[in-house]
Amino acid sequence: MSSTENQGAGARLLAWVDARFPLTKMFNEHAAEYYAPKNFNFWYYFGVLSLVVLVIQLVTGIFLTMNYKPSAADAFASVEYIMRDVQWGWLIRYMHSTGASAFFVVVYLHMFRALLYGSYKPPRELLWIFGMLIYLVLMGEAFMGYLLPWGQMSYWGAQVIVSLFGAIPVIGDSLVEFIRGDFYISDITLNRFFALHVIALPLVLIFLVVAHILALHEVGSNNPDGVEIKNVKGPDGKPLDGIAFHPYYSVKDTAGLAVFLMAFSAVVFFAPEMGGYFLEHANFEPANAMKTPEHIAPVWYFTPFYAILRAVPDKLGGVVMMGGAILLLFLLPWLDRSPVRSIRYRGWMYKLPLALFTVSFIALGYLGMQPATPVYTNLARLATFIYFAFFLLLPWLSKADKTKPVPERVTYHA
Amino acid sequence: MLKRLFIILLLSVPMVGMAASGGTSMKTANVDVSNTASLQRGARNFINYCSGCHSAKYVRFNRLGADLGLTESQVLDNLMFAAERPFDTINVAMPADDAKRWFGQPPPDLSLIARSRGGDWLYTFLLSFYEDKGKTTGMNNLVLPGASMPHVLWELQGTQRVVYRTEKDAAGNEHEVFDRFEQASAGKLSAEEYDAFVLDIVNFLEYIGEPVQLKRVQLGIWVMFFLLVFFLFAYALKKEYWKDVH
Repeated sequence: MSSTENQGAGARLLAWVDARFPLTKMFNEHAAEYYAPKNFNFWYYFGVLSLVVLVIQLVTGIFLTMNYKPSAADAFASVEYIMRDVQWGWLIRYMHSTGASAFFVVVYLHMFRALLYGSYKPPRELLWIFGMLIYLVLMGEAFMGYLLPWGQMSYWGAQVIVSLFGAIPVIGDSLVEFIRGDFYISDITLNRFFALHVIALPLVLIFLVVAHILALHEVGSNNPDGVEIKNVKGPDGKPLDGIAFHPYYSVKDTAGLAVFLMAFSAVVFFAPEMGGYFLEHANFEPANAMKTPEHIAPVWYFTPFYAILRAVPDKLGGVVMMGGAILLLFLLPWLDRSPVRSIRYRGWMYKLPLALFTVSFIALGYLGMQPATPVYTNLARLATFIYFAFFLLLPWLSKADKTKPVPERVTYHA
Repeated sequence: MLKRLFIILLLSVPMVGMAASGGTSMKTANVDVSNTASLQRGARNFINYCSGCHSAKYVRFNRLGADLGLTESQVLDNLMFAAERPFDTINVAMPADDAKRWFGQPPPDLSLIARSRGGDWLYTFLLSFYEDKGKTTGMNNLVLPGASMPHVLWELQGTQRVVYRTEKDAAGNEHEVFDRFEQASAGKLSAEEYDAFVLDIVNFLEYIGEPVQLKRVQLGIWVMFFLLVFFLFAYALKKEYWKDVH
């Protein structure tokens, strides 16, 4: 009997809030009455997983900030203080360091999904642009965060990347000085990177994520068939192939989340360094401006672009190519002129280039970690060529490609 | 579909074994930080032979005692020789300026040396000192040529010489390459005893690199178990809801 009374009180409270704030309206719009295609497959977990990783990074980041000291004299020691003396500090720190790599794992898979099923094609161009901006900000966020432990790799990685801006003609050198705030990577640089890492870029990131989700819910989700589910509606006005995000996808994503957290925890608890790929060995040595490490390699998620940079003999040329490699991704909705979205209904003229592109991207990632030997440099040049050829030939190949007829309804086997 | 998610996530975790190490052939240390007796011996060896020059400035004595199963009085009597407080860290009395004058650079802090260099490297390093008359200390090291560190453990190991052998490369040029060590003078310990002595030190260094590592793995097993159970319930719930979807 008391439960019905409580329900009554709860319902009254909700009505009170709804009269003053669109709580139920928003919940329905974005969850209970947001109709998503019922044929989502494996690739459709990574959007929600990126959101989860974002929350992990924000929460662990707040706790790290409570004990981290952004100064060249204290930064390294404060990280060790977190690892040894702060209650559960080691767990918070490992979650944050693993989270950085996990973010890129899920975001890369999320982006690859868009390439598979043409999720960037009209009317989802702006959704794609927001997503690309998130990726760009994420790279800045990761780069600046990597300086904070103030280890040898933090220091020299930042040194290499910041000096790239020096390749820009005329303003290059003053620009590099402006970014560092000093004549070399120093306490001042550490302080401003800290400010950008903990407040400026996270704010931009959250804003962009909200924009990304709003844009998604405006146009509706794509699906593995690339079929527009809004085109076939039932008498109630709901898409026949759509199901409410909540509860169907909220429960499904919960199961997927559990699997993701198992992989995530496996790294955090059993291999937090990931053999030197997530936490580089050289970074357990404090930053030393007098001692250049033998081999400077960025963290794995930057290595494809680092390999492109090194593949070009000219420094400015390398920087331009690296920037171009990212810029071309922005243009994807306009480079792809295929009448169909999904790879399921495309011909070999998309499938083969996409496969080659994927292999090249992974190869570049590997080559970017290795020392630049002549053989590796030539391989990186080949992979760079394929990377660019994929985008630059896409307008013609996608047009000439022989596509299969797209069904009216999604394919779904219960 | 969930099976595939699981497989791909596992596949994205494959680099654990691919850690890169140095060029010269490394001996395998087989460190085991769960061997408390070895850690206790390693702590004793470290304090007696290393801490005169090397600090471990992030390592607290009381934490060390608690993790290694030592009482406070045991720590005080056996590991803390200066008048230090139990919560102090392992510092070095030698002033950094003097150290720089004597050795060219101050001996590095060893708190994290196992994480930056790796246990195998440290183990091989400590076994690779050899006689070299050209050096001020009379000793050189095969792993770190020109090392400014003297062979602190020579009394225990004795001294060893390098025996080279000649090898022809593809172009027919002859090169002298390392063949083996040869005992030059006997030490207090046999070769096996010395290996074990060094291994204890390396084991200790591995532990101080990340004192929480044992607890981390133990906790991880419970976390994985919880997540597995959570997954089973979540999956059952998903199945139940998705019965409606045709």
